[in-house]
Formats: sequence, structure tokens, C-alpha cells
Amino acid sequence: MATETETATPLRTLVARLLLVTVGMFGFGFALVPLYDLFCDVTGLNGKTNTEAFVPVAELIDTSRQITAQFVATNNENMQWEFRPEVFKVKVHPGQEIETTFYARNSSAKEMIGQAIPSVSPGRAAAYFHKTECFCFNQQILTGGEAVDMPLKFIVDRDVPDNVKTITLSYTLFDVTETGVIAVDSLASR
Amino acid sequence: MGDHGPAKGFGRWLFTTNHKDIGSMYLWFSFAMFLLGGVFALVIRAELFQPGLQLVEPEFFNQMTTMHGLVMVFGAVMPAFVGLANWLIPMMVGAPDMALPRMNNWSFWILPFAFAMLASTLFMEGGGPNFGWTFYAPLSTTYAPPSVTYFIFAIHIMGASSIMGSINIIATILNMRAPGMTLMKMPLFVWTWLITAYLLIAVMPVLAGCVTMMLMDIHFGTSFFSAAGGGDPVLFQHVFWFFGHPEVYIMILPAFGVASAIIPTFARKPLFGYASMVYATASIAFLSFIVWAHHMFTVGMPIAGELFFMYATMLIAVPTGVKVFNWVTTMFRGSMTFETPMLFAIAFVILFTIGGFSGLMLAIAPADFQYHDTYFVVAHFHYVLVPGAIFSIFAAVYYWLPKWCGNMYDERLGKAHFWLSFVGLNVTFFPMHFVGLAGMPRRIPDYALQFADFNQIASMGAFLFGFSQVFFLFIVIKTIRGGQKATDEVWDNPEGLEWTVPSPAPYHTFTTPPAVK
Repeated sequence: MATETETATPLRTLVARLLLVTVGMFGFGFALVPLYDLFCDVTGLNGKTNTEAFVPVAELIDTSRQITAQFVATNNENMQWEFRPEVFKVKVHPGQEIETTFYARNSSAKEMIGQAIPSVSPGRAAAYFHKTECFCFNQQILTGGEAVDMPLKFIVDRDVPDNVKTITLSYTLFDVTETGVIAVDSLASR
Repeated sequence: MGDHGPAKGFGRWLFTTNHKDIGSMYLWFSFAMFLLGGVFALVIRAELFQPGLQLVEPEFFNQMTTMHGLVMVFGAVMPAFVGLANWLIPMMVGAPDMALPRMNNWSFWILPFAFAMLASTLFMEGGGPNFGWTFYAPLSTTYAPPSVTYFIFAIHIMGASSIMGSINIIATILNMRAPGMTLMKMPLFVWTWLITAYLLIAVMPVLAGCVTMMLMDIHFGTSFFSAAGGGDPVLFQHVFWFFGHPEVYIMILPAFGVASAIIPTFARKPLFGYASMVYATASIAFLSFIVWAHHMFTVGMPIAGELFFMYATMLIAVPTGVKVFNWVTTMFRGSMTFETPMLFAIAFVILFTIGGFSGLMLAIAPADFQYHDTYFVVAHFHYVLVPGAIFSIFAAVYYWLPKWCGNMYDERLGKAHFWLSFVGLNVTFFPMHFVGLAGMPRRIPDYALQFADFNQIASMGAFLFGFSQVFFLFIVIKTIRGGQKATDEVWDNPEGLEWTVPSPAPYHTFTTPPAVK
């Protein structure tokens, strides 16, 4: 058989190492799921809001400036409920806790479970938008025809950059009647 | 021990562990897939010949665009390069065969099975995959036809084939070179395949993870890509393109190796800048891991992300430019002749560079907001893949077929194939730059009226190109069946150990290692 000029790794070892790389990269693909979350936490990029209730430390209200908070409510295409914010915009001071509600009504005839998923624009403002109470932390179970006013309490952090004048909070409502249990677990564990 | 020669009958092919047999099977398989993928393309271009819907329903059109991409990427280009690797790497390094000949056999034979399964999805209830070759979730999860599960299995099998092939290639190159052949004396085709093989074992498993996550979302109630369950469709794009970007370099690096073998022969000058060619290839491979999100500039990334990926993507143009300049410099003051392999190789250098320029335009993130998901992107990747990867495969076949089968191809027919393909592809894909810039979206079965003229031109070019490949099939078969006998060297003083063995190459070569100075 051909010989080597320099010492070669025995074939078995080489193949074992390459297979290890293969398996490792397969695991890496799955690891990307938590790794992205970690990356976003560390860098502050990507702009997701908190998924558990924010506990406010008593802070002074910055009365020198105001930020407009806008609210958008959208149904995912499969979702039949009525879903809208009580008010479409409100002016807030950084540090001030604001309360508002969203109206939802199950306009179908059967019991359904809805899950609201939030999104904030501009993305860089998300880190400064703290929800102390939000209907998006839980699933909403409504019987056929039932309506509810869902509370939302939030504080815009005092450290929000000066050039953020408007923050838009958008909720998309999904139908999770089929997959209810799993969605709760996956949200709670983040 | 006497030479028994190859076995007889179909069993020879089913059970062979010979790298030449397996290389031939890969090449024939890829040719068949190339023609199949080409038929799908012609269905697309026939429908797009005129505005309005004349020939196929939109649902079927989407299956054609999806299958065209899948078959060409995974069935034509990749197996063709693996076939070339199988035939050439052992001979080029002076080895008697690949490191793991039996795994080599399996790497091939699972492919026809996987593609038969994939093609059969077109006949299943709900039709075949219709979500584009990039199969983004949730189109490929929530809204997919039932056949998506077979699609996922087919991808798993193809991935396994590529991974096994790559392990084999790395082991062969690292362990079985003849004495005296140091790494920096290897032919560039071997170098580019060594680097490609590492890329493959790094990213194919990520694709496997991606489709496994899809499988879990579809069948096992997970929410990797579903916002309702706390997941994110954009996660799919990140995981897919982490595979997808290195994948396109996997499809071009062996082409670079082919060009580096052919151009010096017909310029009668050594390749300029061997070491820089190796380092440039390695740089391209490394950079290919950190640019994936340039396929996602419009998903809503923070500006820091857009900037990073834009700068990193533009950086890849530097080592690529080094390679292009080196090929041109090799030809400078060379004593040149223009046989068919050289025609394809020179066209490769020029037209791949043009494809690279449109890629550079796409890399500019703010500009990409206009180009994304238009025909400008289609023009870009077809320029780097067709006169890029495909032309390099044609060049390789014309260059090495006389070594493989012992007969010269007919030079006039070869040149005719070249010119027909050259005109055909340019007529097909150049107009796509303009309709893309003018706003024509991708993946649509019908378009606004202002795009009609250029679409008609593109479709005519496509049929010319497509039928030229049937002509190529005729040329290949004609050559194998008989023709002027080829010498051992075939060409005028080519470099490489493969030219030191007879033409056709004996079933077993380098059973004793050659001396390499």
C-alpha cells in the first residue's frame, strides 16, 4: 500500500474524528436554538420583550420627555377572534407605569385558546420596554361567544435613548387550541 | 495473483468497490439528474414564455421550481463533483483506490434511491414539494403537502451520502498520497476537494438538524419555527443558511480546482501562484461560514447584523479575485490553444466573474432591499452555477474522458456543444438581470406585462441551452463507443500523475506507489 512521507493518522482514528465532527455539527444545529437566545441576551440585539413579568424597582419618572406608545393588534390568518387595543396610542414618561387593556372576543361557537405574541418596533427599544403585567404571558381560554378585557401594564425604562420618540407594540393572536399545553411549557421555560 | 478484471453483469456495478466504477456511476447519475432538472426548468420557461397561465397550474409550477432547484443542487452538481473526485483523486495522489472502498459503494447507491423517492412525490396526493429549494418554514411545515415527509427523508439520505463521501475523500487525501507528494505538491483539484470535504462534514449535519426540526414541528408538536408556540420562522432561515451558504461554496470550489488543472495545460505554462491559490481557497472556505445572513437582509435584522454580514460578504471577493487574477496571469504570455476543455475553462473564468459581480451588488445590504427575491438574484446564482459549476464539469469531462475511456471526443462536435451552450445560457440568464432590476419577483408563474419581452427571450435561450445538453449526451456516448484512440498523455505535456497511466486507465492503477519528485 502507499506509504507516507510524514506520519499519517491511522485510518480508524481519522475516520472516528471525522464522524465525531459530523455528530458534533448535528448537535450544533440544534444548539443554535438556545445559542441565538443567548446571543440576543448578551448583545441586546434582536429586540424581544420580556416573557415574564417585570418587577419594577421604585424609579423616578422622567417628566422632561414623553414617548408615544402605539398599540397594534393583528389576528394570525387562522384566528377568528375580535382583537383590538382599547386605545391606539398613549403618551408616557420614561419610568412611569402605564396600564391599558386589549379587548378580545371569541366569535366562534366553541371553546378556543388564544396566544398573543408580542413584537416591538424599533427593535433597539425592546430592551427598554418592560411589561409588568401582560396577557401575552398566558394563554387565553375563551368559550364560544365570550369576551374579555385583557390588561397590559408596562414601564418604559428611564435609560431609553433620547432618539426613541415612538415605540410600537404589536400583538399577533394565534389559535393554539390544538397545541395548547406544549405552547405554555415552551414559553414558561424561556 | 492474476488480474481477474472487473466482474460481469449488473452485479459488477451493484457491488463494485472500485473508484473508477463508482466515479462513472456518480457521473452518469448526475447526468441523468441534470437532464431531469433541465426538463423541470423547461416547464418553467415554457410557462413563462408568455404572460398569462397557459400550460400548468400555479400549484404545479411551484413544484417545478422547487424540484428544479433540489435536483440540480443535490442531484446534478454535487454528485458530478463527487464522481470527478472518485475518478481523479486516487490517480492524482498515486493511490490505488479510495480509503474506504466499501463505504464508497454505499455512498453512491443510496442516491438513486433517495432521488427516486423525491421524484415520486410529484405523483403523490397533494403533489411534491412546492416551497422552493430553500424550503422555508412555515411554508414547508404548516402549509406543506403530505409528501414533505418523503422530501425530508430524501434530504437525510443525500446528506448521509455527502458526509460519507467527504470522510472518504479526506481520509484518502491525508493518508494515501504517494511518498514525496507533500500537501503543497498536490494538484489544486485535490486541494479544493480536501477543503470542500471539510466544508461538507461541517455543514451537512446542520442541514440534517434543520430538516429534523421540521419533521418534529410537523409530526411531533414542537414549535421550532412556529411563533404561536414561542418559536420563530426566522430561526429556520438562520439554520438553513448556515448550511446554505457554505453549500454554494461546496458547489464551486471543485470547479476552481478543475479550472486550475485545465488552464495551465492549454496555456502551456505552470499555474501562477500555486501557494496563493491554496490560501485563497482556504480563506474562501473560512469566510463562507460567517456570511450566511446575506440571504436574509430583509428579515428585520438589527443594523449591526446587516453591517457585519455586508462587510464579511464583500470580503470574500478578495480571495476570489486572487484566484481569477491567477488564472488570467497563467494565460498571460502562454502558448495557447483553444480545444473544448479550454473553451469551457476560459468561459468559466469570465462568466463566473460576471456572476460574482452581481453577487457583490447583492452584498450591499441597502441595495439588496430592492434586489431581494427578484430575478436579479436568479440571474446571479445562475451565472455562478451554470457557466460556473456546470461549465467546469463539462470542461472536466472533455479533459479527462479520453483518459477514462481511451477515445478522443470529436473536437468539432465538442466546440459546437460549447458555442451552443454559451449562447444559450447567456440568452437565458442575462435578460434576467434587467427584469429583476425592473421589479419582476422570483418564483411566480405569471408576471406583469412589462416583463414579457425579456421573458420570451430568456425562454428561447433556455430551450437552446437545454437541447444542447442532449447533444452533449450524444457526444459522450459517441466518444465512449469509439473514436480516435487517445494517447497516455492525451494533451500536450499535461501535469499530473493521471497522465502517466495508459488511456483508458487500467481498472487498477498505482497498486505500487509511484515516485514523486
